[in-house]
Amino acid sequence: MPDIQEITVDDLKHLVSERAIQGETVLLNMGPQHPSTHGVLRLLLELDGEIVVSCVPDIGFLHTGIEKNMEAKTYQKAEVMSDRLDYMNTVGNNLAYSMAVEKLVDLDVPPRAQAIRVILAELTRFQSHLVWLGTSALDLAAMSMFLYCFREREYILDVLEMCSGQRMMTTYIRPGGLWRDVPVEFEAAVRNILKTFPKRVDEYEALLTRNPLMLDRTYGIGKLTGEECLNFGVTGPMLRASGVKWDLRKNRPYSGYEQYEFEIPTRTEGDVYARYLVRLEEMRQALRIVEQALDKLPMGAVRSNNHKYVPPPRSEIGVSMEALIHHFKLWTEGFNAPQGSIYTAIESPRGELGVYLESDGGPKPYRIHWRTPSFDNLSSLPLMSKGVLVADLVAIIGSVDIVLGDVDR
Amino acid sequence: MEDKLQPIIGKLEKEFGGTACEYRGEVSLTIPAEKIVAACQQLHDLGFELLSALTAVDYWPQEAPRFHVIYQFTSVTSNLVLTLRVPVPGINPSLPTVSHIYRSANWRERELWDMFGIKFQGHPDLRRILMPADWEGHPLRKDYPLGYEEPQFTFNFEEINQRKPYAKE
Repeated sequence: MPDIQEITVDDLKHLVSERAIQGETVLLNMGPQHPSTHGVLRLLLELDGEIVVSCVPDIGFLHTGIEKNMEAKTYQKAEVMSDRLDYMNTVGNNLAYSMAVEKLVDLDVPPRAQAIRVILAELTRFQSHLVWLGTSALDLAAMSMFLYCFREREYILDVLEMCSGQRMMTTYIRPGGLWRDVPVEFEAAVRNILKTFPKRVDEYEALLTRNPLMLDRTYGIGKLTGEECLNFGVTGPMLRASGVKWDLRKNRPYSGYEQYEFEIPTRTEGDVYARYLVRLEEMRQALRIVEQALDKLPMGAVRSNNHKYVPPPRSEIGVSMEALIHHFKLWTEGFNAPQGSIYTAIESPRGELGVYLESDGGPKPYRIHWRTPSFDNLSSLPLMSKGVLVADLVAIIGSVDIVLGDVDR
Repeated sequence: MEDKLQPIIGKLEKEFGGTACEYRGEVSLTIPAEKIVAACQQLHDLGFELLSALTAVDYWPQEAPRFHVIYQFTSVTSNLVLTLRVPVPGINPSLPTVSHIYRSANWRERELWDMFGIKFQGHPDLRRILMPADWEGHPLRKDYPLGYEEPQFTFNFEEINQRKPYAKE
């Protein structure tokens, strides 16, 4: 390859201020293994005493080439990679991918499958926010929050395991519907969650919301205005904490979200504390959506009957020649998607999770791009961290809710 | 096509000479490379505050144009989405940067340089972002092999180790 890029110290001098070159400020590496960076994020900090002069994020330590890998797999097989992107929002990734494929090939999804998708996506949102709450509170030295949050998270992972056999990497939502119907114990398990969790959220609030230490560490820290958020591509709870009421579930509804009543919590402060309040309220709203979806869960099929794209049920294969042919063709060469390109986006726990999918008419995605929310949210970190204390930077990173698998893909 | 989008498309088509097409309800507009900054500025002023995604497609071995760079815009105020596609030739692929209009383009353009080798003129900090700084080639190009790693066992560890590519010291 002709273009090897040699990097010299001079090439990197523009990243820090003149004072760092003269030795007035200190350059400090934070990461890639610092526990509070939630993964393998490296920050190059320029410090004046304890004040951050500039912060240069260095990402890519968890780059796994998922986009390239997906291009080499058929549409069904590529989906398995999507779980590994944002490993806190696996169901959401499956949903985004399945919606993209369904849009590309114009595939119908039965109403029961759509409702189950919503239930699982919202439970995953809750679960993801639990992990965020536990870890970011841990950063602020609230050790017990971590234990409480992970205790509750197990209930949700149990539901995912019950449906798909996997706790995290579910691949349960498939193009055209679901892998299979939910088991009979599903409803009781979700009802149990709906009964116990609202009280638990109140408990978290009792522990943190009026906690003077929490307020000291988070109030007025890491401010972003709504305009800055949009300019940096920041979406999700961070955007809503800055006063912009933008949620794809409400504004551009998908998968039947328009049937459910829920609020979009917003705050205007745009600081770490506002993001905390927004996410906590989102957890309550997620339970509200789950309850409504479960109450009116329709009966019927969970997979499309279009067997050109969706494998027929196992029971049909023994009795129907067509079903056998479809099964064989779908699991060997896959299906050919029509030529074209589409972009679909869903509201993941972190923001707009978009899939750009282009097909050349063959059985593999010609190009698939994941617009991952953490990537853009993290890019606003240099702006947020200007002039803060190092200890506050830890709180800010926690409030971004990055998942490095989502950043690095 | 959504009604609110119609006048915007008409305006862009007239001003930048692009051609709009619709697929599965999504509108995309192909415009020439030299007009992308003006088009982005125009869209930003028309209320498309969010550059949702910025990505590229490689049509290798086709050479002119080899790449399409795709700009995905969202208008939060008027709830609209719009795609711009910009064809880029395969020899010395480059585009003017839009990172001064949409700051989210900063990292996204670095990603495109890293993955596709498309240069963005005027970019403040065009370095690799996901791959190591001394990486050779641009992984998402279609002529870049997917690659694999040979499994090493005790009996052939040294032999494979010798030809195994490592990042340079």
